[in-house]
Formats: sequence, structure tokens, C-alpha cells
Amino acid sequence: MRDVAVVGFAQRQMPEFDGSPTCVELLVPAFKELYEQTGWTRKDVGFWCSGSSDYLAGRSFSFVQAVDAIGVIPPVNESHVEMDLAWAMYEAWIKIQTGEVDTALVYAFGKSSAGVLRRTLALQLEPYTMTPLWPDTVSLAGLQARAGIDAGAWDERAMAEVANRSLTDAEKNEYSIRKGGSSVEELLARPMYADPLRKHDCSPVTDGVAALVLAAGDKAREVRERPAWLTGISHSIDPMGMGVRDLTRSPSAQRAGAALDLGGVEVAELHAPFSHQELILRKELGLGADVAINPSGGALTSNPMFSGGGIRVGEAAKKIWSGEADKTLAHATSGPALQQNLVCTLEGKNN
Amino acid sequence: MSRTLQAPVTVAFDYTRSTGPVVGRFLTGLRDGIVVGGRTSTGQVVVPPLEFDPVTHEATTEFVEVSSVGTVTSWTWVPEPVKHQPFDRPFAFALVTLDGADVPLLHALDVSSPAEVSTGMRVRVRWAAERVGHINDILCFEPLAPGEAAATAPAAASDEAVEGVITTVSLDYDYAASPEESLFYRGLNEGRIMGQRCPTCQKVYVPPRSACPADGTPTAEEVELSQTGTITTFCIVNVPFLGQKITPPYVSAYVLLDGADIAVLHLILGVPADEVRMGMRVKAVWKPEDEWAYSLENIDHFAPTGDPDADFDTYKQHL
Repeated sequence: MRDVAVVGFAQRQMPEFDGSPTCVELLVPAFKELYEQTGWTRKDVGFWCSGSSDYLAGRSFSFVQAVDAIGVIPPVNESHVEMDLAWAMYEAWIKIQTGEVDTALVYAFGKSSAGVLRRTLALQLEPYTMTPLWPDTVSLAGLQARAGIDAGAWDERAMAEVANRSLTDAEKNEYSIRKGGSSVEELLARPMYADPLRKHDCSPVTDGVAALVLAAGDKAREVRERPAWLTGISHSIDPMGMGVRDLTRSPSAQRAGAALDLGGVEVAELHAPFSHQELILRKELGLGADVAINPSGGALTSNPMFSGGGIRVGEAAKKIWSGEADKTLAHATSGPALQQNLVCTLEGKNN
Repeated sequence: MSRTLQAPVTVAFDYTRSTGPVVGRFLTGLRDGIVVGGRTSTGQVVVPPLEFDPVTHEATTEFVEVSSVGTVTSWTWVPEPVKHQPFDRPFAFALVTLDGADVPLLHALDVSSPAEVSTGMRVRVRWAAERVGHINDILCFEPLAPGEAAATAPAAASDEAVEGVITTVSLDYDYAASPEESLFYRGLNEGRIMGQRCPTCQKVYVPPRSACPADGTPTAEEVELSQTGTITTFCIVNVPFLGQKITPPYVSAYVLLDGADIAVLHLILGVPADEVRMGMRVKAVWKPEDEWAYSLENIDHFAPTGDPDADFDTYKQHL
């Protein structure tokens, strides 16, 4: 296997972007930031891969128009996934493993505010018996949260603790769109929204873009003194039916984590769009009390569709670059109620 | 003035799907007022039946009729229903394990407040009066009082096996143009054609884009373009199609406006179709001003100027 590291990360997050769903306007400055971080030009990027979906904002072929942000004369080696940035990164990681390229820039964009996000996402469900009922994302998460409360796997207080810690940590993150912790008691005193969920248990609708740069071997060492080496990456998926899996668990997250060596992880960035989902992930990945969870504030405070998972990778990589941690974990999720999960480890050791 | 032009837009499509034998069996059951599950290799009865066994991956072949009465295993309150959900007022979504089944089915539960729901409560299917073989043949679940039995389903109108299902999908958006597209459409609303120049390669794009597709550089300098241009290529439309506004034959052409580096597609009128040619000089013919909107349709068509044709060299880079 080739040694591949994350060496660049840029993001933009906001409650409501008033521009085009192609988000070229946001991608151009994000790419510029990455050229500055790496010292590269676009011609140094061997492979490009983006993550987005036209359903989000109703503009057909938005991923083709987004390529304008790259500039494609001479032509570029480019691909797209209708998945989160973390899976675009996975495709780029494979591409680098093949030996065809040494470097990649992966990006994702989404303007969730253009539609009703929790409704739009019903289109990712089983189309015969689920989509026609338009079960919205919040309702499906609510069913999961209730299942765990009823089973004694967690309670409202544990959920509020996650929210309070996230909102407190988000105060240090300029990109978080919801921030300001108070106390568990204060959060529990707030009214129910989608019983058993309060609004702070649900990630806010967020627009934005994010991008990561990957490089192999010496190319990575040229960019950073401490590249964040991707020492493990794995992803897995559970059945789509809500009835056929134990909602208090996430077997696919467990399986993805079990494929990696998670010993020694100091910081974990978990893509948990709902507070109880962080509790599930911590358990499935076996993360103890000594692991710092989501110091960025996590997806509960800002969760741009298609970027939210990849941002976890970027935040985990920053901890390596800065020397704050030697080993971090990043997780991304997709689908209803933690259906699909990707886990990777990042390490600062000089390979 | 807002930074960008915005307008509501609805994207709608009726997805027509064949069901296959397993989902078809389930939907046929619903049409007949019966809930059908499938038995897995581990002996579990799953509703709706799975097309393939999760362990052996074999196709599901054993079907089991289960009760239309069951028990709530989880629920959530829906305080702000979204369009096309089973109710347009607050309700609950519930996972319900029907008697005779081992795993729950997702559907709506008709209650008027969260206080009326609890895990473990008994509920029954409320059937639609007219059933077609669709998940919405179950209108919802409803609470079952002690001593009450399953609801009876009125007779079905057909006994044919269900083999297809139509799912209507309609999505509403607030659609925004980019600042550059907004410049273009605002220009059209004033009778002007606006483009932008790339600071790197000097190419002029019309409509302007957020970045030069060749260089990735944001285009900033605004350029008002000439209303006269050259036909670089064209096609004669002879084939009628749904929604066609003009009787064939007519000509669609790429018009390279003087000063632009990208041609715009438009209609050519004022000349017989068989006389349109590459290099022909044409000019924009606008609709009456009181019909203008933020639309390229403000230009009704392009018509010949009568000037001599342009030299091939003047547009050969733009084909």
C-alpha cells in the first residue's frame, strides 16, 4: 500500500447561501486557500473528485457546472460521487493506491436551504414502501432516539450532555453556525420538538462547501512537516429498512471501525447529525472517556450536506498538522439513522 | 436590490416502477386488505418482505399473512409535517410490529398529541376505501381500544396481481441565480445582453459564469455585448415534439455575438430555413418591451441583417 496523507483542508459553512446551487462562488476561494496551503497550482492536482446531489437544490448537472471552479484547459482527471466528501476522498485514496496519480483534491458542495432538506432526503429511502410516506430525516432519527431511550441504551440527559459539549466547543469554531453551550439542565428545560428530540438534538440545516487535499509519500512531506497519514480507512453499510436492524446500534459503523487499529486514538471527529447518534458511534467504535470527541463542535452545530462528513476528516487532520495529537479518528455517515459509515485513522508518525 | 435573482421552482416527476415478485406480493396483499410478510432463512417474519434473504442472499419465496393489529415498538412526534406525508397536521410516525411478524413496519399513527402515544400501545391498520396496491392503501395506524378488533377492509376493485407502482415526487425549491447569472437576466430585463471577461485569458462569456471554465478564475469585468452576431452553426428542426412552440421546419442556431467568445443558442426567423448558413450575420429582434421579464425569451429571435457573410476566420475558433 502507498502511504497517503491529508495535507490540505478548506471549508465554508453558513445558514443560508444566497447564490447559485453550483456553489462555484464558494469553491473558487476554497480552492485558492488550498493552493496557498500546498504551494501547488491546479496543474499539480492529479485527480479531482466531488460529492453533491442535484436533488438538494433542484439544479440539474450542478456537479458539471461546479467544475468551472477548477478550470479545465488543459483537461483534468475528474470524477463525482452522489455521496459525502468522505466517500469522494475514499475514491481518491483508491485512485492514488492504483499508482495512476500521486495527488488529489476532493471537494463537496450543497445548498440545503434551497429546499426542505429533511423532506428531500426521503428520496434516498426504499422507493416502494418508504419514500411514498415521506418520512423526514428528523422523524427517522426520532424513531432511533426513542428506541434507545426505551431500551435503556441512553437517556435524554446523555443526549443533552452531547449537545451542551458540542455547543460549547463550537464557540471556538468560526464555521459553526449554532453555538453557545449553557447547561444540561437548561437544555433539558427547553421544549420538545419532534418528541423525543429537542431542536438542539438535531443538526441545523447548513449550506456550504469543503475540500481536502491528498498526497502520496514525498509529495505529502513536501507540503507539510507533519502530514496526516491515512493509516486506515474502511466503510460499510446496513440494510435500508428501518425495521430490519436494531436501531440502538450501528453494525456498519462497528464493522468499519473493527477493520482498523483504533488503539491510541486521542481525538475523534464523529459525524453525528443527531445527539444520540454520537452515543451510538462512541460505543460501536469503542471510544473511551480518554478520547476527545468532536472538539470542533461536530455536525450538531453545523452540518452542510455532502461536506459534513469530510469536514470531520479535515478537522481530525488539523490536530495532526498542529502536533496537538499523534493519532486521530474521523467518521462520516450517510443515509437514514446511521445506515452507512466510513471510518479512518490519521497519524502524524513519519512513515 | 437583493444580491441575486431568486424564484420559486418545482421539480416533479412520477416514478413508475415495476415491483418484482416480492414487493408485488406485498402490495397485492395491501390492495386486498391483507398484510403479507416474508420469512427469512432464520425463520423471522419480516414486513414488508425482503426481496433477498439478508443471510443467504436467496430470493424470498415464503410469504406469511400477518395480522393488521400490532404493537408500537418506537414512535416520534411530527410537529411540522412536510408535503405529502400521510397527514398535513401534527401526527406520529411509528414502528409497529404486527401480530405474527417479528420486525416492525414504518407508517403514520393517527393521534392528536404525543400524550396519546406510548411504546407498547396496541394499534390497528386503517385501510383506504379504495386500494390500488400501494403503501398508502394503509392510510395509517390508529389506536386500538381494549376489546376492539382489526378494522375490515372494503372489498378491492381488482384481483389482478400488482406488478407496478407509481410514486409521485414533487420538490419545491427557492431557486437562486448566481450573481453573474443575475447580471445577465437583469440586463435582459432592460434590453441589454451582458457578459463578463476572464481576467486571465480575456475571453468574454455570455451568459457570464462564476468562474472561467478554462482557468477557474472568477470573472469580474462586465461587458455589454453587441446585439449583432454571426451564425457559427445551426440545425433545421423538422421533427415535431411535445411542447413545441413553433411549427417546423425552423432553425436553431449558435449565434456568436460580436465581442463574445461563447455563442448563444437561439431561434432564427425572417429567412427561409434552407437559406440559413454558417457565417450569416444576424441581429436580435426583441419582443415588445411590455412583455419583458428576466428571461432570454425577451429576445424573440434573431433575423438576418442583410450584411455580407462573415469570413470563416472570424469565427473558426468558436465552433
